[in-house]
Amino acid sequence: MTTLDTATLTPDDLRQHVLKGFSRKQMIGFGAPALILAYLVYVFFAFDIAGIASRARLDNAAILVSDFWSHKTHVTRDNRVNEVTVAIEGENKGTYPEGMLPDWVTMQDGVTRIDLDRGHEVIFDADGARYTVPGYGVIDISPQAGKLQLVLPEGGIPDWINASDTRVSVTTEQGRFSYTRNRTEVFKYQAGWELFFFTLDSPFYGKSFVELVKLATIGERITPDRSNLSAMLHDFWTNAMWRHGDVAWALFETVLMAFLGTMGAAMIALPLAFFAATNFSPSRPILFTLRRIFDFLRGVDGLIWTIILSRAFGPGPMTGALAILLTDTGTFGKTFSEALENIDNKQVEGVQSTGASRIQQARFGVIPQVTPVFLSQVLYYFESNTRSATIIGAIVGGGIGLLLTQAIATQKDWEEVSYYIILIVLMVMAMDTLSGWLRSRLIGRTGHA
Amino acid sequence: MSDMTTHHGGSAASMAIRENYLAMARQKQMYGGILLIVFIAMMVSGFQLADARNAGGFWTGFTQVFDFPSEVLAEGIEKAALLPALFLEFLPSLIETLNIAAVSTLIGAAFAIVLALLSTRGLARWPRLIPLFRRSMDGMRAIPEIVIALVLIFILGGGPVPAMIAIAFHTAGALGKLFSEVSENADLKPVEGLSSVGASWIQKMWLGVIPQVAPNWLSYGLLRFEINIRASAILGFVGSGGIGHDLRIAMQWGQGRYDEVVAIFILLFVTIVFFDQLSSHYRNRLVKGH
Repeated sequence: MTTLDTATLTPDDLRQHVLKGFSRKQMIGFGAPALILAYLVYVFFAFDIAGIASRARLDNAAILVSDFWSHKTHVTRDNRVNEVTVAIEGENKGTYPEGMLPDWVTMQDGVTRIDLDRGHEVIFDADGARYTVPGYGVIDISPQAGKLQLVLPEGGIPDWINASDTRVSVTTEQGRFSYTRNRTEVFKYQAGWELFFFTLDSPFYGKSFVELVKLATIGERITPDRSNLSAMLHDFWTNAMWRHGDVAWALFETVLMAFLGTMGAAMIALPLAFFAATNFSPSRPILFTLRRIFDFLRGVDGLIWTIILSRAFGPGPMTGALAILLTDTGTFGKTFSEALENIDNKQVEGVQSTGASRIQQARFGVIPQVTPVFLSQVLYYFESNTRSATIIGAIVGGGIGLLLTQAIATQKDWEEVSYYIILIVLMVMAMDTLSGWLRSRLIGRTGHA
Repeated sequence: MSDMTTHHGGSAASMAIRENYLAMARQKQMYGGILLIVFIAMMVSGFQLADARNAGGFWTGFTQVFDFPSEVLAEGIEKAALLPALFLEFLPSLIETLNIAAVSTLIGAAFAIVLALLSTRGLARWPRLIPLFRRSMDGMRAIPEIVIALVLIFILGGGPVPAMIAIAFHTAGALGKLFSEVSENADLKPVEGLSSVGASWIQKMWLGVIPQVAPNWLSYGLLRFEINIRASAILGFVGSGGIGHDLRIAMQWGQGRYDEVVAIFILLFVTIVFFDQLSSHYRNRLVKGH
């Protein structure tokens, strides 16, 4: 790297030179980390990292983590009309219909027994409600003259019971219980994503896998007009709680956005790149204009294109695809034209010597050389755009990005959020694998760049 | 080739080769044609599908593409005198966006270095764990930033930190892969030299590998910084923090605040182009020498 001719230097000069080099190295060695550290300290204060700790909602984190792997079932009594409903996640779609109850709830003669496991039990009856906590005793609540009367075992109110005249709430590791004048409610937490396959209204709900296989193969038809298997698929696909069909469509839409955007951009950029490459362009002004257009398309960035286009095209996957198309036309235009400038001219000359026209020269002299570069570029962007399409979908209102932001906005459907996250990760990984496979099939394993 | 034909002598053999070659060429052409037809069919049906599922149609929308920009521009020009003041007003959020990008690139790169060295054949501290580190980098790359950002906003509240963590996480995975590809080509002789004098793993990496790969790593880091500026702007729009957030508020307000939209668009455009140029300049210097 350094063109230093040692012969012409006196030993002293050489020494000086080397020492200077060392001290410069030392300066960089200490200066660069110091600068980075100073910057990080600045950001620490600019971002108010210290304040984050106080603002962080760890209770939210707890909700999120527990929702990720478990679900809760609400048992609610409307105290005014004395009606008990059992609903998964408290949702309409997960409400148990008349005459159907989970096996840990029994209702008899106006008395509801809720078994929370490990000896925890809650009873709703005409007097009020009682919660039996093993090792502690019975928490007895009864409304009297508009106020709640709370009877506890000896020893004052522990910190896991929160009591006032109008509201009593109890939180144990087995569930949550709350009593107000209008309603009595118990949450029971159970592992797993409930109703993932079939909702309560489906005849296949609650069946084990073996039973389902039997039903699908040799069992009698539950609905006479179609086979059990197709009924099962239909019930799964239209599951009102998880909406598998809609989710699958949304995933497909996201991939579609990425596909249309990337391929469309490549198709537009390919011919334009010839006009923007110094060795092919017919005139300087065209070359210059095209390059500025490419720079502009890239510089405006996907975010701004998305906003502008969603005004014209409305929400949906087409808008997202066009936003990707515009940004990537700029990127492809630039990289394609650079690749065209770097080609080996011998092949073109060879084709030219056979009397080929300019189009034929391009087809047989140039395209074979640049195809591997172009293809690997396009595949790489297709894969990375699948990821971008998730975000763009959140803005334009299409695809899995929309479902994800909607689920997050409700701040309670975290099990759906985790489902979507898993699907998104699987989708991106599948695209990764697909593009890798296509690359090796189309270009060969050695085509690295 | 030539001695093959002379060996077999007769023109029959060369005719057979010629026939074979032509048949193969035809087959290749046919495959290419089928592939092309499939591709075109996919494009057309995909386009129609996307068009059908879009709220506004493509062809009606096409005529309206310039409505919104011209509306915004008209208001921007009308209030052009206000623009310099608006630039100043949005400068802090622009700096926040840049800070998010810079910090997440730094932190992500730091993690990427560790992950890359741990997952490079010949350099790894625990060679058996290479697949584990590789898969974890794949996972980090696969999770889109928006997912982490939105979940963290729920826990940490608004502000730049969720976006920063989200981008840093993704960056660690993305840069880790590139870094490890670079270090795979590193010369192992310095490492061997260092192990012969009893250097620890960290010393071998720090003194033997990093000096070799630093220019390429830096150039990838710069490229990532460029990408992260865009990511940080878009995350601000969807989540919170930085100039993207201001843009969303201005957009929600709609007409009457389009001058702010214009100011933010210009600021974003200039920033992105500026850092693109800056980083491509330094990348050229780093990779192609001085």
